[in-house]
Amino acid sequence: MDTFTAIFLTVVSASTPLLIAALGELVVEKSGVLNLGVEGMMIIGAACGFAAAITFDSLIMGFIGGMVGGAILSYFFAVLVLNFATNQVATGLALTMLGLGVSGLIGEPFAGVTIQSSPMEFLSFVGEIPVIGPILLGMDPIAYIGFALLIGVAWFLNSSRAGLILRAVGDSPTSAHTLGYDVLRVRLYAILFGGACAGLAGAYLSIIYTPFWAREMTAGRGWIALALVVFASWLPFRLLVGAYLFGAVTILQFHAQGAQIAIPQQFMASMPYLATVAVLVIISASRNRAKANTPASLGRVFVPDR
Amino acid sequence: MRIDLEARGRPSVLMIWLSPVIAIVITLFVGGIMFSFMGLEPLNALYVYFVQPLTNAYQLQELVVKATPLILIGVGLSVCFLSNNWNIGAEGQFVMGGIAGSWVALTFHGMEGFWILPLMMIAGALGGLLWALLPAFFKARFNANEILTSLMLTYVALQILDYLVRGPLRDPDGFNFPESKLFSPSATMPLLTDGGRMHLGAVFAVISAIAIAILLWRTIKGFEVKVSGEAPRAARFAGFSEKGMVYFSLLLSGALAGLAGISEVAGPIGQLLPVISPGYGFTAIIVAFLGRLNPIGVIFAGLLLALTYIGGENAQILLQVPGDATGVFQGILLFFILACDTLIKYRVKITGFGGKPVAEGES
Repeated sequence: MDTFTAIFLTVVSASTPLLIAALGELVVEKSGVLNLGVEGMMIIGAACGFAAAITFDSLIMGFIGGMVGGAILSYFFAVLVLNFATNQVATGLALTMLGLGVSGLIGEPFAGVTIQSSPMEFLSFVGEIPVIGPILLGMDPIAYIGFALLIGVAWFLNSSRAGLILRAVGDSPTSAHTLGYDVLRVRLYAILFGGACAGLAGAYLSIIYTPFWAREMTAGRGWIALALVVFASWLPFRLLVGAYLFGAVTILQFHAQGAQIAIPQQFMASMPYLATVAVLVIISASRNRAKANTPASLGRVFVPDR
Repeated sequence: MRIDLEARGRPSVLMIWLSPVIAIVITLFVGGIMFSFMGLEPLNALYVYFVQPLTNAYQLQELVVKATPLILIGVGLSVCFLSNNWNIGAEGQFVMGGIAGSWVALTFHGMEGFWILPLMMIAGALGGLLWALLPAFFKARFNANEILTSLMLTYVALQILDYLVRGPLRDPDGFNFPESKLFSPSATMPLLTDGGRMHLGAVFAVISAIAIAILLWRTIKGFEVKVSGEAPRAARFAGFSEKGMVYFSLLLSGALAGLAGISEVAGPIGQLLPVISPGYGFTAIIVAFLGRLNPIGVIFAGLLLALTYIGGENAQILLQVPGDATGVFQGILLFFILACDTLIKYRVKITGFGGKPVAEGES
């Protein structure tokens, strides 16, 4: 494997969790709900996923555990913002705080444990995928699931009837309600999907990327995923560009540290966050571009009258 | 089971007072369940957490020490949240305030003078203010979401602190430990009592709460804050500047967070360390909401949240409860505060499976 392939593969593994979490949040926001708790759902996914992977001695169970953990946490968010019509921003923040705390409790017994397996364990089903090059073979299945999810979400939003309803709910919940669609139910499903995606992304971090459990190991990736949705102006395929851009910045930072460049390590570690700010400023400055795809009722409370 | 909301004609006065109490009671109940899952006697654990710290004088002072930064940050955030500006980066502004003030303290290290401490406080507030200026400018000028930018800048601030403490501001005689020199007496917060750590910052906290209360309830600017948040269109018709409010609320809360930062560094800590906050900037968000975005309410909320820190430390020592239990408590509390606030504006009807109402909320 040449150096380029090796570096590219690390970029893929840094980008995959961002892509998956951002795809989930994109669907949530398209339904008109702003869930700022991605960071919390991701860290819960990391803790539950790692715990499940060790307990059942199975990576698959780990990923499922992460998804279930993320979805359960997002359900609490859903009950509050949908049934109790709470402020979505504040509730999302509460979710992040709760997630960080609970994940610490769940992960504590597993601190210091490492997962022995490498991505090679998946070869049983990576082998069945036609090998185009070492990159394709080297990517882990979750990276492929990320791509599949991207295509699935894009198709769902643009071409399926259910996706049309979801967008209608996000743009004009009152009209959708009048037409007889259950706005709160659609939003609940979207939120649970977002929670499962964030959970899977978190499980990927703790099971494949690091691979061990550490408190607050998501280190702001959930927030970066939120920024990516803005960056992508709510268009799924642009998320791919954004996720890989940020993955590359993250990896660049590690290589710069390794190459003994005379820049303080802390400065390099700040790069992904500074890049997020820069990107947000640039994207938001051109209002018109983003506006067309922004869900019209994003973040607004909807209480159906009966 | 389904939950239906029915809008009240006007907000329930009873619920405005009752909802934080209900939230706290439910949180304690859920916390008790959590403790019993952890194999502890729930009532005993809750006692260690929430009552024992109140039974001795030293810990009562510690309560004030921990509440000081929470209140300072919380009142600033209340103004932000009331005006619908979401400053989530108070933790970063706190850190930058601590850094800026420490820089003054270390520059004049070894000198004596009554002017050093005030200069540190001003530098601290400016440090926080400047760090909040970035998201404010990005929002006002480029329409960039202040939630994300202020939060991202918090991570950057933590890196800057780490760099300074391990590099330029490290104590040359400190055996390579990542810490600055201990501040000289002139650069240390005066204590309010003998035999405790309660310091001048507590006075700042109370003064700022009262000042912001006057601002909100007795001045045009305060009216502008509330109208901007509740009815942005009306605010525009009234000629209030939207961008002006972005700057005002973010810079004010940044300055208060910065003041909290330097008060903490020059107070209980006494030197610059790689970690100077157990998450005060984030916990203050809960404080602001529990205090109903009311500066006087924030004082009480700050004391309560401070109790979760001290109780958490006690429980860690006495019952071997992991430190993260405190974070869980705080998260659950914010959850229930938000849920209970719904009772102010709505009647909650819980309908059974048969579609027949089985319970009705307070009307």
